[in-house]
Amino acid sequence: MQTDEKVDTQTTGTDEAAWHGFTDGWWRERVDTREFVQKNYRPHTGDEGFLVGPTQQTNDLWTQTRGLLAEEIQNGGKPNVDTAVVGDITAYGPGYIDKALEQVVGLQTDAPLKRAILPYGGIRVVQSACAAYGYKLSPRIEEIFTRYRKTHNDGVFDAYTPEMKAARKAGIITGLPDSYGRGRIIGDYRRVALYGVDRLIVDKREQLASFEVETLDEETIRHREELAEQVTALTELVQMAEAYGFNIRRPARTAREAFQWTYFAYLGAIKEQNGAAMSLGRVSTFLDIYIERDLSAGVISEEEAQELVDHFVMKLRLVRFLRTPEYNQLFSGDPTWVTEVIGGMGTDGRTLVTKTSYRFLQTLYNLGPAPEPNLTVLWSRSLPEPFKDFCSKVSIDTSSIQYENDDLMRTYWGDDYGIACCVSAMRIGKQLQFFGARCNLAKALLYAINGGKDEINGIQVGPRFEPIAGDILDYDEVMSKFDYFLDWIAKLYVNALNVIHYMHDKYCYERLQMALHDRDVFRTMACGIAGLSVCADSLSAIKHATVRVIRDESGTAVDFEVSGSYPAFGNNDDRVDTIAADLVERFMRKVSKNPTYRGSTPTQSILTITSNVVYGKKTGNTPDGRRTGEPFAPGANPMHGRDERGALASLASVAKLPYEFAQDGISYTFSIEPGSLGMRPEERVQNLRGVLDGYFIQNGHHINVNVLNRDTLVDAMDHPEEYPDLTIRVSGYAVHFVKLTREQQLDVINRTFHGRL
Amino acid sequence: MDEESGAGYGTPGGHAASGTAVGRVHSVETMGTLEGPGLRFVVFLQGCPLRCRFCHNPDTWERQAGRVMEVEEVLDELSGYRTFIDASGGGITCTGGEPLVQSEFVAELFDRCRKLNIHTALDTSGYAGLSDSVRRVIAGTDLVLLDIKHTTEDAHRELTGVSFEPIERFARFVDESPALLWIRHVLVPGFTLHLDTLRATAAFLSSLRSVSRVDLLPYHELGRHKWEALGLRYPLVHVAPPNRRDVNKAYNVFLDAGLPVTRP
Repeated sequence: MQTDEKVDTQTTGTDEAAWHGFTDGWWRERVDTREFVQKNYRPHTGDEGFLVGPTQQTNDLWTQTRGLLAEEIQNGGKPNVDTAVVGDITAYGPGYIDKALEQVVGLQTDAPLKRAILPYGGIRVVQSACAAYGYKLSPRIEEIFTRYRKTHNDGVFDAYTPEMKAARKAGIITGLPDSYGRGRIIGDYRRVALYGVDRLIVDKREQLASFEVETLDEETIRHREELAEQVTALTELVQMAEAYGFNIRRPARTAREAFQWTYFAYLGAIKEQNGAAMSLGRVSTFLDIYIERDLSAGVISEEEAQELVDHFVMKLRLVRFLRTPEYNQLFSGDPTWVTEVIGGMGTDGRTLVTKTSYRFLQTLYNLGPAPEPNLTVLWSRSLPEPFKDFCSKVSIDTSSIQYENDDLMRTYWGDDYGIACCVSAMRIGKQLQFFGARCNLAKALLYAINGGKDEINGIQVGPRFEPIAGDILDYDEVMSKFDYFLDWIAKLYVNALNVIHYMHDKYCYERLQMALHDRDVFRTMACGIAGLSVCADSLSAIKHATVRVIRDESGTAVDFEVSGSYPAFGNNDDRVDTIAADLVERFMRKVSKNPTYRGSTPTQSILTITSNVVYGKKTGNTPDGRRTGEPFAPGANPMHGRDERGALASLASVAKLPYEFAQDGISYTFSIEPGSLGMRPEERVQNLRGVLDGYFIQNGHHINVNVLNRDTLVDAMDHPEEYPDLTIRVSGYAVHFVKLTREQQLDVINRTFHGRL
Repeated sequence: MDEESGAGYGTPGGHAASGTAVGRVHSVETMGTLEGPGLRFVVFLQGCPLRCRFCHNPDTWERQAGRVMEVEEVLDELSGYRTFIDASGGGITCTGGEPLVQSEFVAELFDRCRKLNIHTALDTSGYAGLSDSVRRVIAGTDLVLLDIKHTTEDAHRELTGVSFEPIERFARFVDESPALLWIRHVLVPGFTLHLDTLRATAAFLSSLRSVSRVDLLPYHELGRHKWEALGLRYPLVHVAPPNRRDVNKAYNVFLDAGLPVTRP
C-alpha cells in the first residue's frame, strides 16, 4: 500500500477556530490529549438535576433503530452478512439509519446491522460463520485469502508446536485469539477531534523519520513499515469521512464535530478490525469540554447536548461483527465490548466527573438499559457524593453498569487510562495488550493428579510424569506436582501467545488503532486463569477434609469422594482465601519466568466472561465435589451455593486476591434482588453505595452489579449457574434464590412483583 | 408477672472460662439491609419463647442449639466488614430467635460495640421481663426494632402462644429510653388484616411517643420448608400471602393514624 503524499501540511499548525477559548498548554505543540483534558475540563460536583430526557428527534430515530434491532432478533439469530466485499476503512460508501434525523453519522457497512467480512484474522472463521448462517462466501474472496493472501490464523498454525495444538484441543488453554482478531487495543480516538488527521499524519511522518538510523535492524524495519501503514490508514480515514461530507483533516470546531470526529475515528477501527473486544476508551470527559464551550457560547442547549450523547451512544449500540456460533457459546450475547470509562479522579485530586459523565449514564434512561456500550464507572472513595448516589440509582434501575477501583488502578496507570473489554486497564494511546485468553486452572490440577493425562479423553497432553498413586490425596504431594505442572503449562501458554501475537502483527496489524498511539507503546502480555474458585476449593478440600480418589480401569482419577467439611472460598475464611491468593501469585510468577514477544510485560486476569460454562463442560469431576461438566463460577466468583455468610463475606474474600499479581483485572459478578438492598428507594441507593465503597476500600478491583427485575429472575430459574449471588431477603430471613425449589422461586417471582416483601 | 425472673422465658446467658459472656449463635448474615439503617452485620441468636404461626425461622427456637461464640469472636468477624458498615452508616443487629433470651450476651456485645463506635440495633418481639440484663441491653441499644404481632390479648395468644402484656410493658420501657424505636408488623390474612385489628394496632403505636418508623411486612411462605425440615406441621397451610389491595388498606390505616409508615 502506498502512503498518500497529498496531505495538506498547511493546515497543521494551531487551528484558532477549533481551539478558541481553550486553555493553552504543551498539548498545542505535541500530541497529548491528557494534558488538554487536564487543562480544560470542568469537574461537576453537583447532582443530576440538570439532565434532560430525549428530544423528539432522538425518540423518532430510536424507534426506527429499535425496529431494526427487533428484526435482527426475529431473524432467529441469522445476521445480515455481505459476502461479496472485504471490509476495510473505505470499502463501503456512506450508510445511514435516517439521514435527516442523525446527529452523528456513520455505519460499519452501507446499512445498519449489516456485517462485513474481515478475513485478515482468519479466512476459516469467515468461511465457517458464513456456512453456519446459510451464506455462501464469494468464491473470489475465498480464492484470494486461500491462494494469494495468508491470514493470521494460517500463520499461527504454521508455527504452533504439536504440544500447543494438543493443549488447545483438550481445553486446558482455550479462547486463544488464534483464528480471529485479538482486539483489546484502544486507539486514542479523541486525537482525531482535537488535532485533525493532517496534524496526526505529520506527527507520524516525524516518527518515521526518527527511524532513519545507522543500522536498520529487524525491529527498526518493522517500526518503519508499521508507521507507514499507520499513515495510510489515517489517509483512508479522511476519505471515509469525506464520503459522509466531513473534512476531518482539520480539528473539530464544535461539540457536534467533536462527537462526529471521535466517532469516525472509532468507526474506522471497527470497519477494519473484528477484534475480540473493540473498546472506546475514555471520551466522555473529553467531549464535555466541547459541550461546555458551546453551552457557554449559547451555541447549543442542554437538550441538544444530550441529543448528541444519545445519538452517539445509539451508534455504539449498533456495532456488529461476524462471528461463529462456537464463539457465541464462549461469549454469549453477541458482545463487542464498546467499553467507555466514566468518572474517576485526577492525580491532582480533582474529580474527572463532568456533566457529560452524567449524560452518558442518562442514555440508559433516554434509550433504555443495554449491555453496550459497556459503561464502566471508575469508583473512588473521593468521587462526589451526588455522583455516587446517581450511579447507584442507575444500577438499581438498569443493571447496566460495571464498577472498577480507580483508587487502586490510578497508582498503576495514572488518570487517563481506559478499560479494554471488561477489566483490562491501559493508558490511552500509550499502552496496549496482547490478549491471551485463559488457562484452565482446575483442569491443570487434574493433570497434576493424573500425570499430565487428560481426565476426559485419556490423551497424554502434558509431560509424562508419575501420577499420584495413593487413594487419599495428600496436600503436600498434590501441591508439589501441581507446582511442577504449572511451570510446564505457563511456558507452553506464553510460547503459544508469542506465536499468536507475532502472526497478528504480521498479518492482521491494527493500522488505524496504532496510528492513534504514541510511537513507543507499553505492551503487556495478558494471560489469564479460569476456575480459580474450583481450584482453591479443591485444594482446601484436600487440605482440610479427606478426599478419596476413584480411578477407572486405566488408572485415571475420574472422581473424588469428599468426607468431612472444608472451608470454601467466598466466606471470608483465611484458611481457603490464602490458598486462592497464593494460586494467583504462584501462576503469575511462573508466567513471568518466560520471555515474551516484543518484550511485553506479562500480566494476568481472573476473568471468564461467560466462558466459565464451556470451561466447566470440558473439565471432569474435581476434588471439591463439583461434577463433570458443571460450570465454573464466573471470573473470580466463589462457587455458587458455597458462600454461606452473605454477600459481603463473598466480596471480602474476592477483595483479598492480589491485584499486584493480576494487573489485567479481577472480575466479580454480583446479583441482587432490589428488595434485598433495602426497604425504601433511598435506602437501596445508600446501601449499594456502601457495598461499592466498602469493597473498593478493601482493594476489590471490579464488580458487575445486577439488581434484578422479574425477567432476570425467570432467566435465573433456567440458568442458575449464572446467578450465584442472587439473594432474596425478607426481614430476618435470607436465601439464595437458586437454592429455592422451583415452586418457591415462582412464589418469589409472583410475590416480588405483585406485592412487596 | 415477675420482672426479675423473666416470667420463665429464657435463661441468662452463659459465661466462658475467661469471664466474658458466650452466646449461642444460629448464623450470621454479613449483608443485612432490612434490619436497621445501612449495611448490617446481623447475628441470629438461638432461643425463642414465642411460637408464632407464621414464624420463618423455627430453626432458631431451640436455646441450646447453634454455634457457641464469645463476644470477641463476634467482634472479630464483624471487623472484616467495618469498611462496608462505616461507608453505609450501618452497624450490628441482633435478632433471632428472640435475642433477649440471651440478654447477658447481647448486653456485653452491645457495650463493646458502643466503645468501638458501632451502631447497635435490637430486633425483638419485646417479650422479655425487664431484668437487669435486659435493661443493660436497652441502655446499649441505639435502635430497637420492635416486632408487634398483635395488640389484643386473646388474638396475640392464639397467634404467638404468649401474652401481649409483657410486650406492652417492654414497649413503654423502650419508649422512655433514649433508644430510637422502629415498629415492624407482619400482615397475616385472617389474623392481623381486619380493619378493627389494624386500627387497634395503629392506636397502640400512636400511644408510643418515640416511634420514628413503621414497616408493614406482608406475610410470606418462605419459612414453610423449615417447619417441614424440622418435622413440624406448618400451621398456615391454608393462608395465602396478602394481595396488593389488602396491603394498601393496611398502609392507609397506619397513615391515617399519623404514623411514619413505609409505603409498601
